[in-house]
Amino acid sequence: MNEISDTPVLEIKGLSVLLPDGADREFAIEEVSFSIGRSEIVCIVGESGSGKSVTAFTVMGLIPKKDLVPVAGEILLHGENLLGKSDRQMRRLRGKKMGMVFQEPMTALNPVIKVGDQIAEILEIHANMSASARKKRVIETMEDVSLPEPVKMYNSYPHQLSGGQRQRIMIAMALVLEPGLLIADEPTTALDVTTQAEVLELIRDIQARHGTGVMFITHDFGVVADIADRVVVMQNGKVVEQGTRDEILSAPSHPYTKMLIGSVPSLTPPVRPIPEVAETALEAKALNKTYGRVGFFEKGRLVKAAQNVELILRRGETLGVVGESGSGKSTVARCVVRLIDPTSGDINVAGTNIAQMAESELRAYRQKIQIVFQDPYRSLNPRRTVGQSIVEGPMNFGLSGTEAQSRAENLMRIVGLAPEALTRFPHQFSGGQRQRICIARALAMEPRVLIADEAVSALDVSVQAQVLRLLQDVRERYDLAMLFITHDLRVAAQICDRIMVMQRGVVVEEGRTSEVYANPQHPYTRSLLNAAPGRETNFAR
Amino acid sequence: MYLYILKRVLSTIPVVVIVVLFVFLMLRLAPGDPAAVIAGDYATAEDVERIREQLGLNDAIPVQMYRWIAQLGSGDLGTAIFSKLPVTTLIGQRLEPTLLLSLTTIVFTVLIAVPLGTLAAYKAGSWIDRFVMLFSVAGFSVPVFVLGYILIYVLAMQLQILPVQGYKSPFEHGFWVFLRHMVLPTMTLSVIYIALIARMTRASVQEILQEDYVRTARAKGQSEFKILMRHALRNAAVPIVTVIGLGIALMIGGVVVTESVYNIPGLGRLVLDAVLARDYPVIQGLILFFSFVYILINLLIDLSYTFFDPRIRY
Amino acid sequence: MTDHAQDAIMADAVLSEHEDPSLLAGMLNNRAIFWGGGLLILFALIAAIGPFLTLDPTELNPIKRLKSPSAEAWFGSDFLGRDIFSRVIYGARVSLVVGIAVALISVGIGLILGLVAGYVRVLDAVIMRTMDGLMSIPAILLAIALISLSGATLGTVILAIVIPEVPRVVRLVRAVVLTVREEPYVEAAIAAGTRLPLILKRHILPNTIAPLIVQATYVCASAMLTESILGFLGAGIPPEIPSWGNIMSEGRTYFQISPWIIFFPGIGLALTVLAVNIVGDGLRDTLDPRIARKI
Repeated sequence: MNEISDTPVLEIKGLSVLLPDGADREFAIEEVSFSIGRSEIVCIVGESGSGKSVTAFTVMGLIPKKDLVPVAGEILLHGENLLGKSDRQMRRLRGKKMGMVFQEPMTALNPVIKVGDQIAEILEIHANMSASARKKRVIETMEDVSLPEPVKMYNSYPHQLSGGQRQRIMIAMALVLEPGLLIADEPTTALDVTTQAEVLELIRDIQARHGTGVMFITHDFGVVADIADRVVVMQNGKVVEQGTRDEILSAPSHPYTKMLIGSVPSLTPPVRPIPEVAETALEAKALNKTYGRVGFFEKGRLVKAAQNVELILRRGETLGVVGESGSGKSTVARCVVRLIDPTSGDINVAGTNIAQMAESELRAYRQKIQIVFQDPYRSLNPRRTVGQSIVEGPMNFGLSGTEAQSRAENLMRIVGLAPEALTRFPHQFSGGQRQRICIARALAMEPRVLIADEAVSALDVSVQAQVLRLLQDVRERYDLAMLFITHDLRVAAQICDRIMVMQRGVVVEEGRTSEVYANPQHPYTRSLLNAAPGRETNFAR
Repeated sequence: MYLYILKRVLSTIPVVVIVVLFVFLMLRLAPGDPAAVIAGDYATAEDVERIREQLGLNDAIPVQMYRWIAQLGSGDLGTAIFSKLPVTTLIGQRLEPTLLLSLTTIVFTVLIAVPLGTLAAYKAGSWIDRFVMLFSVAGFSVPVFVLGYILIYVLAMQLQILPVQGYKSPFEHGFWVFLRHMVLPTMTLSVIYIALIARMTRASVQEILQEDYVRTARAKGQSEFKILMRHALRNAAVPIVTVIGLGIALMIGGVVVTESVYNIPGLGRLVLDAVLARDYPVIQGLILFFSFVYILINLLIDLSYTFFDPRIRY
Repeated sequence: MTDHAQDAIMADAVLSEHEDPSLLAGMLNNRAIFWGGGLLILFALIAAIGPFLTLDPTELNPIKRLKSPSAEAWFGSDFLGRDIFSRVIYGARVSLVVGIAVALISVGIGLILGLVAGYVRVLDAVIMRTMDGLMSIPAILLAIALISLSGATLGTVILAIVIPEVPRVVRLVRAVVLTVREEPYVEAAIAAGTRLPLILKRHILPNTIAPLIVQATYVCASAMLTESILGFLGAGIPPEIPSWGNIMSEGRTYFQISPWIIFFPGIGLALTVLAVNIVGDGLRDTLDPRIARKI
């Protein structure tokens, strides 16, 4: 049971921060008010541009005042207003009364200083301790965050640790002086789902033991479900709704919140009729991709990115390939579309094996498989209009300029964009719109197989829902076979008919989505599903 | 780490090979007849032929190549046409002034440029920053010898506080006399080097101050100064040291000019004398010498990364 | 209107229809380009027109030797009585011609080599090792050696300065090629069946233009300096042609009596090179802030 004592650890009242001139709105955040009590975890959720990070950084005083100016309101930390404080005073508070954990553990640690020393640095700054006393305390803290062999790890460098370990070091750093407030800015977003589960548990555990108030920023509602006591929802710099976890997740009142929660895919796959067996659109047999060589001087590092992968994809179905980073799912996708060459194995498209084909022969088959990539901001040439990008493919295969153009216009309508927009450049579109354009580009080739390589992973949850709907619609309309690569189990549950789970290059389980989710056979699949945050919550629809 | 060292040492081999090959080809592929050019406008046909023989140009190419490699392998950098002295001897005679000038220049440069660049990055946008950037652009723009003459004019001729030219060895004349004669040449040679290093230091430090781990240090409540010293500079060490090594090529070029302006009897002057005397083997030998020195220095600098960057060590 | 259109409109982040401010306007706004470029144009005009307005730079006038700057001879006269001002103007031509020629040629060669190195793995190692080797030889020495072998004419001097400048350009182009190759939009073009020549033309080449322009200005500045040093050392353009380096070289012996023989051309050179460098910095900041790091 969480006790909420009387004086909140953090109280934000009517905080407004100005954006510099020329931005698309006046305020970064406007009239933001909420509080965090002792031993309470408050999740700040919102999509990109909602202002959640600005709020956190303003509390910590990490934004240079000349860039983003706080113009109204108060930030009360244990009753003291932070906005009036000098730089020196703020420095004394940072690390001691409030700690922060950031999103990217790899870059958040100094690569040339030992991790133990980096934790000790906080003690150097704020506490009056001898070097040996500091070291002792650091090791205690490292044990507190469940790091293995703390004494040995003290002398390690960040590049020698895993992502989860580095994040634990960050947490240890933030909490070593037992501050009343911990701010965590998307701390698990960059981690694998299994590591994420461990780190979330660690945060919950430590917070309960030390009574820390936690401001936890995230865009992932599953995480919110697992960890929040209360929730604050932000949009475009304003707080639109706040309440307890149950209130927000099960019975939201504001339309924006309702829309957001409604966009979160459920972990329960819908019931799908078993389709009649259609023709095979794509088949991979014994697909192998190995990187590296046995070196002359060194024992070679052979990385088996994909090992003996078998895959059958039929027309009219969506096959999901699910796994964490390093699982090989992207490798498989890129092999199949021949952006990289497989080391061995067969890839059959329309009955022909294209695995080892030379580029000149291969070209004809490229038309049949198309791919949509993850990053909408790098998938379109910034110097060419989107129209030029869409017609490039069809014109390679003999279509005239006018024919390609009318095809492009038609496709723009289908993906929900105005055909007139073909003359615009990529930077004039939002991320979600760019992804639609990429889908149009892929469809312009009239392929049989569409590969979506983490195509919605970089999108906000509401945009994600729309693009997913578009993908499903398009798949039905053109009777495509879709290969859907993702690490997100919720998305996979909703969109895939069948699913393949990969771990370290090997396919460990495969089957109909509903069956795999209901009765996972392989221990890895089970651990993946168990680690999925918020799996017990039913989000409001 | 040992693997890194081994790989790095081995990777200098192709570079050395290229240099050797290039120098070999230069003589033989130049347009026209190099022997005639070397012999000069007033040479007779016999002179030209004599020079061709001396340069070994009459033999078949593979024979020349073999001789060339054997010669280099035994440490022989060639023989001067006119004095008949081995190039290595000539280098030995003139090495000291150039070496000392280079050392004082490097020390002077690093002591000034690195703090200047760091300060400029720390106070980005301030007048110090603008001054450093301006100085750096100006430093790149003024030719070394013009700068030399300006300094001579102001400090030696008008103010008369320093000698106009000349070199005095510290071993013969004592340290202070040596230093007095070294001030102007060092200053002249350093300017372009300082401009380069200050600019690169500023760029590196500024880039590092944007990194995430600097933000983490701020979140810990660390002071800006300690962040600069402890976090920024340690990470900037590698790029700064790298550019110091690369800048040596600039400095070697400058040495030739500086020694000419200040009448210092070093290797730079040797090059010029060889050019005037059209003594090609000497020029060639000096090219090889300087190139090898440059390659060696950069190798040592790359190896020093093991000290600065733990990612290479483990 | 399809559901998707409604979705798209709803999700329409505020991305205004703002026009890209024209690149030219951006460049003119940049102070560096404005002033540096202005200065350069001024010099170029003087260099082009000047010779028609000045005295003959080769006219000997032994009576008026070594005169200080005066109303008659703005920059004074040299040891042969020649008017220094005229010689400086003529010298500007040589320097600018050399600078621009070297910049264009080395960028041209470097572009081709860099593209090949970036795209053909087998040749990459060969080309880069060769470039490393070339960069190990100090540029002045290399130029001196080449000139002493092939005789000193304007052409050989240009070539001798080009060769040491090429490796840096190659590195730059190669770096751009390697980065751009990894971009998803290039992969999309490959997946769409676009052939290599078109990929180079449409996707890779446009990304090289901005860094190349900036690098070209730096090469121009460096070439002008190198030419003057070669002239000064007596290893450059033959003394009949008045280049700044030659003028200063001739002025050495008389430095203590008539320092202006060295100073005026020297300052002229410094200002020109400074102007080019400032333009280069300005271009770098305007054309692509991202490459400001690489150079």
